[in-house]
Amino acid sequence: MLSSRRVRPRRTPSPVIRITHWIGALSMLAMIGSGWQIYNASPILPFEFPAWATLGGWLGSGIAWHFAAMWVLMAAGVVYMGYGVLSGHFRRDLRPVGPRAIGRDMAQALRCRLSHAAGHYNAVQRLLYTGVLIVALLTVASGLSIWKPVQLGWLTWLFGGYDVARRIHVAMMTLIVAFLFIHIALALLVPSTLFGMVFGRHPSAAPEASVQKGAAR
Amino acid sequence: MSQHRLDRSAIAPELRRIERRLMLKGALSLGGLSMLSGCALDDEPSVERALSAMSRFTDRMQALLFSRQRLAREFDASRITHPFPYNAYYDESAIRTVDPAGWRLEVGGLVSDRRPWTLAQFRALPQKRQITRHICVEGWSAIGDWSGVPLSMFLQRVGADLRAKYVNFRCFDDYSTSIDMATALHPQTILALDYGDHALPPAYGAPMKVRIPTKLGYKNPKYLASIEVTNRFPGGYWEDQGYDWFGGS
Repeated sequence: MLSSRRVRPRRTPSPVIRITHWIGALSMLAMIGSGWQIYNASPILPFEFPAWATLGGWLGSGIAWHFAAMWVLMAAGVVYMGYGVLSGHFRRDLRPVGPRAIGRDMAQALRCRLSHAAGHYNAVQRLLYTGVLIVALLTVASGLSIWKPVQLGWLTWLFGGYDVARRIHVAMMTLIVAFLFIHIALALLVPSTLFGMVFGRHPSAAPEASVQKGAAR
Repeated sequence: MSQHRLDRSAIAPELRRIERRLMLKGALSLGGLSMLSGCALDDEPSVERALSAMSRFTDRMQALLFSRQRLAREFDASRITHPFPYNAYYDESAIRTVDPAGWRLEVGGLVSDRRPWTLAQFRALPQKRQITRHICVEGWSAIGDWSGVPLSMFLQRVGADLRAKYVNFRCFDDYSTSIDMATALHPQTILALDYGDHALPPAYGAPMKVRIPTKLGYKNPKYLASIEVTNRFPGGYWEDQGYDWFGGS
């Protein structure tokens, strides 16, 4: 009984989460690079993205990449969201906790004192991950609304019309890029989390976990 | 003059292939430095094949999403963009014009009556007006005011096979594009003769432009010269270079 309870905190991302995370990450990078290519064709802000950071080489290719990656991202997203809801992953791990806990964990994080127990999501992580999931949903929805302003006219209307929806799409992209900087920096600061997202277990936890599995059986 | 034009059309496909190769070269050099080296992968035949397969899949999904009943939003005259922008694959100084009295629209393919049409014949048919948003593949958009003959009415008049897959448009500025039959029969797809209260000016495609508010700008050809109904996939000027063929909004 005790051993099985001790297994729980060692929980690492399930294969479904890990596979959809990395497929989603790659397709999201492709969406961003090709999106910058498309943005450069008719910039709505007084700057362009450097050509070396864009994907596709010219507008037509950028669009081809953008839509190819879109189907991959949506497929990974549907599986991830479905699994997150049905498995309880969202409710258990990602649901944001109260503002006090967020304040406490944020203060610890800023002093680099925040503990990262394996399989446990702290308040800052919960807030960031829930936030980026909502932003990703808004990015996809606003993207669909500027792709199909006639067939999905209701969606375009919800986003305030074609021109506003276009700006929302760019704003949401910016938030995702900002998240990526934070996310990657934190993953590099706490490499065990990166290890877990790649291999599904933590280097230090590995032998212990397998022994406990045996004991539980 | 006619000899000159014949030559131009004879070399057009080769020119397009060269242009495409140059564009892909551009993709290679720009992307070579990129961290996302997928840009360079564009030149890799397997990646290009995968991308065009995905593009065809996207086309099929777009066709599924399309409804002949769903209308593009129409606006008040106060929302019209002034001046409505000129846009083509060449500069405004290179616009070609024709004598409206001598202009004929060639009709071909799966139709029972292949006689060419004059402008007067189009003027004699009922006209439909629309103030709709033109959306360019580049992302910008502008609201304009077009009127003309519904394409569905024209296709019925010439006895077109309405079960055919494609309607192909060729233009006298060597542009071309093609659309699916469902879009051709959409009530807002018109053969536009007028912009605002006047005949189309040269910059907007005189004497005839196909206005399709359910499709992106590159599927709205100007300077129309011929219409062909066909089951053979016709492609188009930009589509052959990599824009998705359906191009729906």
